[in-house]
Amino acid sequence: MSRRARQAVFGTGAAVLAVLFALAAAGLPPFGGDQHPYRDRAVAAALHQATANVVASLTFDLRGLDTLGEEMILLGSVVGAVALLRPRPDEKPHADDKTSRPQQDAVALISYVFLPLTLLLGFDLLVHGHLTPGGGFQGGVVLATGLHLLYLSGGYDALRRLRPLAWYEWVEGLTTAAFALAGTANLVNFLPHGRVQQLFSAGTVPILNILVGFAVGAGAVVLLAQFLTQAITLEGEG
Amino acid sequence: MRILAYGVAGWLILAGAYGMVRSRNLVHVTVCLSVAQSGTYVLLLAIGYQWGAPAPVFSPGSPIKLPVVDSVVQSLAFTDIVVSATVTALLLALAIQIHKTHRTLDPDELQSLKG
Repeated sequence: MSRRARQAVFGTGAAVLAVLFALAAAGLPPFGGDQHPYRDRAVAAALHQATANVVASLTFDLRGLDTLGEEMILLGSVVGAVALLRPRPDEKPHADDKTSRPQQDAVALISYVFLPLTLLLGFDLLVHGHLTPGGGFQGGVVLATGLHLLYLSGGYDALRRLRPLAWYEWVEGLTTAAFALAGTANLVNFLPHGRVQQLFSAGTVPILNILVGFAVGAGAVVLLAQFLTQAITLEGEG
Repeated sequence: MRILAYGVAGWLILAGAYGMVRSRNLVHVTVCLSVAQSGTYVLLLAIGYQWGAPAPVFSPGSPIKLPVVDSVVQSLAFTDIVVSATVTALLLALAIQIHKTHRTLDPDELQSLKG
């Protein structure tokens, strides 16, 4: 199909979609109104489970099974990327590592300063996910980001030496398996709920938060490792 | 104001889709898909918004009282973002492999099937 024909087909479809979308939006409740029946029920349920972060309560308690599916999508994407990006037979790692180039001092200094701070922030987000904005997914991504500051400061060699990839693969697998086990065992929020806004509250929500955090962090590290390997160490023949 | 948020959501979806249709680079297609997906975040958050209501997180020290903005759609938007990130990673991995096999990222030059 030529570009012109494709754009014509798109134009027709987009026009129909725009009209239908406008009709649907016109039928929605007014923007910013105070009618939110699901909100009222969700907040009541979250407070019943002593979870201060209502979004975390929804994600890990009311919609826990959805989050299990989300976790499986994440695992599937990591497995898919590893399978897609595995080196082909004609690709060999570089003989000389072009990444041992000297880093800029300012970049290296700032990365070393922010490495521990970022890791600390990541763990803070994990542990307080049921109290404050944050949680497992966000904390996991911050942890993985912090780890990759090593790449900015010490280069790829430093990252590779301090990042035993097999461990992260195991962590990703085991934490996802633990989450799946909790989901398939039809686990309800069985732990004592404690008092709302306390660190030890919300029952299973903080535990699932931490599990998901490690799963996401390890998954992001494994994922980024595949892209870094492609970009840095592989040398294709053709 | 009532129309604006929904309009932005619809516009983002259509603009992202239009970008994908006329793209000449598979990485650009992936970015356009992310733009289109952002439209769904805006739509979800717009549905849950309430004037003057704070975030649905009762952090220690803050009062526990309604109204807050709708937490259900926020949780849905959150799932949406995670799925979008994983899809982006997979599509970029595919783009790398396509570039290795066909030496091009232009979708128009990928007409014929090659073994």
